[in-house]
Amino acid sequence: MSNSHSNPKPSERTPSNLRAEIDGLIADRAFNPASRRLVELWRRDPSPATSCFVTLRLDEIRDEFSLTKFKLAISRSFTVEPLVPLLRAEAFRYGIDLEVQIGDFNTYVQDILDSRSSLYLFAPDAVVLAVRTDQAAPELWRDFADLAPATAERATPGIVGNIVNNYEQCIATFRKYSQAALILHSLECPSWPSLGVLDNQSDTGQSGLIRQINRKLRRIAAEFPGVYILDYDALVARHGRERWNDERKWLMARLPIAADYLLAMAREWIRFIVPLSGRTAKVLAVDLDNTLWGGVIGEDGVTGIQLGPEFPGAAFQSLQRALLDLSRRGILLAVCSKNNRDDAMTAIETHPGMLLRAKDFAALRMNWTDKEQNLREIAQELNVGIDALAFLDDNPFEREQVRAALPEVTVIDLPKNPLNFSAAVRGCAVFERLALSKEDRHRTEMYSAQMQRSNSEQTFQSKTDFFRHLEQEVEIDPVTELTLARAAQLTQKTNQFNLTSRRYTEVQMAEMVKRPGWHIFSIAVRDRFGDHGVVGVAITHDTGDQCDIDTFLLSCRVIGRTIETAFLAYLATSAAERGRKRLLGRFLPTKKNAPARDFYQQHGFHEQETSDLGSRWTLDLEGSTLRCPDWIKLKVN
Amino acid sequence: MAASTLEQVRSIASDVFGIPADQINAESSPATIANWDSMQHLNLVLAVEERFGVQFDPDEIEQMKSVGAIAEFVDKLETT
Repeated sequence: MSNSHSNPKPSERTPSNLRAEIDGLIADRAFNPASRRLVELWRRDPSPATSCFVTLRLDEIRDEFSLTKFKLAISRSFTVEPLVPLLRAEAFRYGIDLEVQIGDFNTYVQDILDSRSSLYLFAPDAVVLAVRTDQAAPELWRDFADLAPATAERATPGIVGNIVNNYEQCIATFRKYSQAALILHSLECPSWPSLGVLDNQSDTGQSGLIRQINRKLRRIAAEFPGVYILDYDALVARHGRERWNDERKWLMARLPIAADYLLAMAREWIRFIVPLSGRTAKVLAVDLDNTLWGGVIGEDGVTGIQLGPEFPGAAFQSLQRALLDLSRRGILLAVCSKNNRDDAMTAIETHPGMLLRAKDFAALRMNWTDKEQNLREIAQELNVGIDALAFLDDNPFEREQVRAALPEVTVIDLPKNPLNFSAAVRGCAVFERLALSKEDRHRTEMYSAQMQRSNSEQTFQSKTDFFRHLEQEVEIDPVTELTLARAAQLTQKTNQFNLTSRRYTEVQMAEMVKRPGWHIFSIAVRDRFGDHGVVGVAITHDTGDQCDIDTFLLSCRVIGRTIETAFLAYLATSAAERGRKRLLGRFLPTKKNAPARDFYQQHGFHEQETSDLGSRWTLDLEGSTLRCPDWIKLKVN
Repeated sequence: MAASTLEQVRSIASDVFGIPADQINAESSPATIANWDSMQHLNLVLAVEERFGVQFDPDEIEQMKSVGAIAEFVDKLETT
């Protein structure tokens, strides 16, 4: 914090001498610094004028370095041309070289239905269908008053149905002809509905019907892969309908959006283009002092920092809530702060206002090393590239240092007022996702559980203490139709703790389970830090008085925690229950399965024979001491 | 008319048309700047509106066909 008033050189540059510097750099063919200055200029002054400056320069230098190319077609019912420089300048900030093609006015239906139209010839990566209510649903816009109240009730379902049908046909046809993503504007509600306040007293008023269409569009879009709704009505509402719309420009140039909001429209498109082009961040590294809370923990102490539901602490809570939302989208959070570790950890773990706790962070760096080094370590620890990192810090000096040292990192510009922090994070396009998997939603838990496990392993006196502390619960089930796919996947993927490395497909396993004497078991593991799901598979078949272990494997995430003992003990018990006298196991060595080599020996098996191909082991079930460890809670179905 | 307004409009025009500001003066117009067509006129007007926080009426936009004229309209709106 002490450095925040001694700003670095970049703030001495004004936008106008930045322009001169950029033109000088381009003349000297210094394209990389020129491109960095262009982004800096755009960040500091994202205005229509600057967007023209930036895109003209970008066209001169775009071939000199590698940007992600992205082709966007815009099919529209209104003037979008002035948006193009803003859109391209904003895309450039994310490392995207955007090529834009604009369709003719109101020819979007023909363009979509004609497989040889210029729309398809352009071979876009994404298409925006920017159509306003006045064009898509004229009956519900200016002409709404023409529907007499008596006929309106009867006529409106047909009107809504027709409009929705037209959209559905366009979308279906588009999907037939193109693989491109389709971004569909929702329909806007009027500022002043024809019926005044009466409009909202029924579902079939002007606004109600438009909302009905929007609901149906959302449902239709969900049925097609790669079709997304841009909630234009919500976008306008966010900025204020009265301010957003400029009737004068609409009448003069068919441009409905006021000059001040062109950037907001461009940025809304960018929120789709960034995830579509893969320029997203996977990890957000955050500072602590004056970012996650107000004040400096090392000076103000846990009782002195600002954090809570009231002003001024509410601003920081609201930022924490935004960060929690990101982690639910699968974005990993990390702490990157210059602090004494103990001070910071006390605040994180004990302050009543903290919404984020240590478990919410996949990596923690609280030390006095510079942020560049810490960010590099975080990327390495989480196994992501530097370009997958975003960085959040209230201190402009730290931000500039990171920008200079690691230009691949997305550095978020926090506004001065903490009350605006959360909106700055929520508006950041690198955190947008267009679909979420189950793993995305639980990614942080998985990472932080891993981190806690390895941390607690270091603090326990004995392994047994550690195993008890883990509170492991194990559930062993015969494989069913529901778990067959996962079990087959494990036989395909597991390399390290895999005794025989036999790979089976789902079909083979389905057939195997029907054979007499064959059993396939899956094992699921949960511990105090989280749920691992199904992590292991064993296949046995009974021949004569012995039970032959065809396959025994565990995911490397859970090995070395005696889960393998519990699983093997269960195989022994169930074989004995079926009247078998001996367990037979094999170890077939591969390049990767050394961790499993001594498994049978460690569990009291006797070696029968060994060759280059592997070794064969048996265990007499009578008198065997093989038991499930008492620190594991076993559930058998 | 404040000189600073004209200066600013010149620099906006320089951005929009891609011409150095020192080659643009109050008399610069569609007749002297080759790519000053109707779409670029709209771009220029929007850039000026955004910079000064003003909104022009359609008839004003029709009349402001030189850099100097634009600056005059800005000053008129800002003082009223």
